[in-house]
Amino acid sequence: MDFKLSEEHKAVQQAAREFAKTRLLEGVIERDSKMIHPSEQVAEMGALGFMGIMTSEKYGGSGMDALSYVLALEEISKIDASAAVIMSAHNSLALWAIEAYGSDTQKETYLTPLAQGKNIGCFCLSEPEAGSDASMQRTTAEDKGDFYLLNGVKNWITNGGKADYQLVIAQTDPDKKHRGINAFIVEKNWEGVTVGPKEDKLGIRSSDTHSINYTDVKVPKQNRIGADGFGFKLAMQILEGGRIGIAAQALGIAAGAYELSANYSTIRSSFGKPIADHQAIAFKLAEMAMDIEAARMLVYRAAYLKDSGEPYGYASAMAKLKASDVAMKHTVEAVQIHGGNGYVKEYHVERLMRDAKITQIYEGTSEIHKIIIARNIRRGELALPI
Amino acid sequence: MKILVCISHVPDTTSKINFVENDTQFDTQGVQYIINPNDEFGLTRAMWFKEKSGASVDVISVGTAETEATLRKALAIGADNAIRVNATARDAQQVAKEIDAVMQENSYDLVIAGRESIDYNGGMVPGMIAALTGMNYLNNCIGLEIEGNQATAIREMDGGKETITSPLPLVIGAQKGLVEESDLRIPNMRGIMMARKKPLTVVEPTQEGQQVQTVSFEKPAPKGAVKLVDPENIDELISLLHNEAKVI
Repeated sequence: MDFKLSEEHKAVQQAAREFAKTRLLEGVIERDSKMIHPSEQVAEMGALGFMGIMTSEKYGGSGMDALSYVLALEEISKIDASAAVIMSAHNSLALWAIEAYGSDTQKETYLTPLAQGKNIGCFCLSEPEAGSDASMQRTTAEDKGDFYLLNGVKNWITNGGKADYQLVIAQTDPDKKHRGINAFIVEKNWEGVTVGPKEDKLGIRSSDTHSINYTDVKVPKQNRIGADGFGFKLAMQILEGGRIGIAAQALGIAAGAYELSANYSTIRSSFGKPIADHQAIAFKLAEMAMDIEAARMLVYRAAYLKDSGEPYGYASAMAKLKASDVAMKHTVEAVQIHGGNGYVKEYHVERLMRDAKITQIYEGTSEIHKIIIARNIRRGELALPI
Repeated sequence: MKILVCISHVPDTTSKINFVENDTQFDTQGVQYIINPNDEFGLTRAMWFKEKSGASVDVISVGTAETEATLRKALAIGADNAIRVNATARDAQQVAKEIDAVMQENSYDLVIAGRESIDYNGGMVPGMIAALTGMNYLNNCIGLEIEGNQATAIREMDGGKETITSPLPLVIGAQKGLVEESDLRIPNMRGIMMARKKPLTVVEPTQEGQQVQTVSFEKPAPKGAVKLVDPENIDELISLLHNEAKVI
């Protein structure tokens, strides 16, 4: 067993760290406060290859593995969790699905500009009444022979306002229930596609979250991904991989809060010594370090399993559940360590605390992940020994 | 045009500095290494020449296998070839002689080295390379243009600048100003992948033994606690500045 990162993985981690510190840190507080999308920085992420990091070089991507993706997301999330979710939704939801199951024409038309970062992608699954229960799709895609007629509303769509191409899940044949669901590539500029107002959120405020309305949108048959009825299965597979990205985001949020706290506790003194030397603070830091390391092992392992071609559904569920809980718990502690300073924006930890909460909700709530893990246990599919 | 950029593998500027082995060696535990910033300014300018005029860029470092990650970063940024002289860098003359030995086998039109490294701050390597190779030498370079066989460089001086021309081949001592910090490049993902396949040649050192040896390192004394003096008590302030701080 070797816990060492390769030189290439370290190089990716270092490049992402450098990018986050030199390009994302400046202005992160203002972008959060005023809900300003980091468009300039996202363009730069495209040029650096982060926006197509796992897509093969054949389609203009960087051709890297899931561990590289996780390492980059962790570093970016330490500084700007909004930029991280933009990258995560784009890569592991939109691009992954098109590369894995798209036709050659779909790949040429959509995947290449997406992987090069020239266009942004989003994944439209959630609906006002279909969040965790993704099989209850109200959005319909009626088969009209030459095209599908798309009608419905999608909610809480990350990158919803900026995405040029949308991966939309919709019900074609309600009698077949989840087997009647399809996935389509929809262009933002098509007639009948209306992007709703930007959501005013608790955290990840500079990311771009919208509802999207579809009214009699004509979707060409060739824009359906995979065979008829493949949409639900595809959506579930997308979420399996997507969870690794959000797990990495949560890990980065936690690690960012920890690094700020560890530093702050050595420069802030009370009762004649740095607060890091008071046991009350030292124990908090010890627990943070331990929990973050445990989460990191789960996240990296889920990426490793994906890269090895082994089943990783339960591993990504564990990674996401653990990392998001660690992020929530320890960003609260980070604010506590910072005291009054932690409660003001200048010190970053209050933002990380607000950012952390969504990681327990999106791409599968913590409760859904417990169901996934429990089902794996019941099916005897949990790999042992780990 | 063939450019050689000399790369020092130095601790990150935020590293905690400690010494071990009876204060004779730097403690590398937990230290992140980077390209020496002055070398990185030079490398970035070399990349500019590569993109503008098709120059080829080699990078060289005298160091152990640990320095290869730093050379790979230079390759990921865009350098074409890397050379590592397999020796622990001990002093400027040794490093300059090893680079000169490599240059005997490969001719270069322009050699760029940081005017000093941020670890030991010797500031002698580029000058020594110039002396050993007989090439012209311009230090503290904050601007460099090349037309044909002629270089025009801007050198920083106390309170001003000097513009100098020189025929190639030339050695320059690079620093901030040659490019700005905002011009420094983060390796892109494709560059990192390509760096894996680019040649990194390891050559054995030509120098034997070592001419100088570190007897000990010493850190500055830690800063004392701040003393607050009543603004009305000028006599005490003068006494402290005179007797304790010894600055007046």
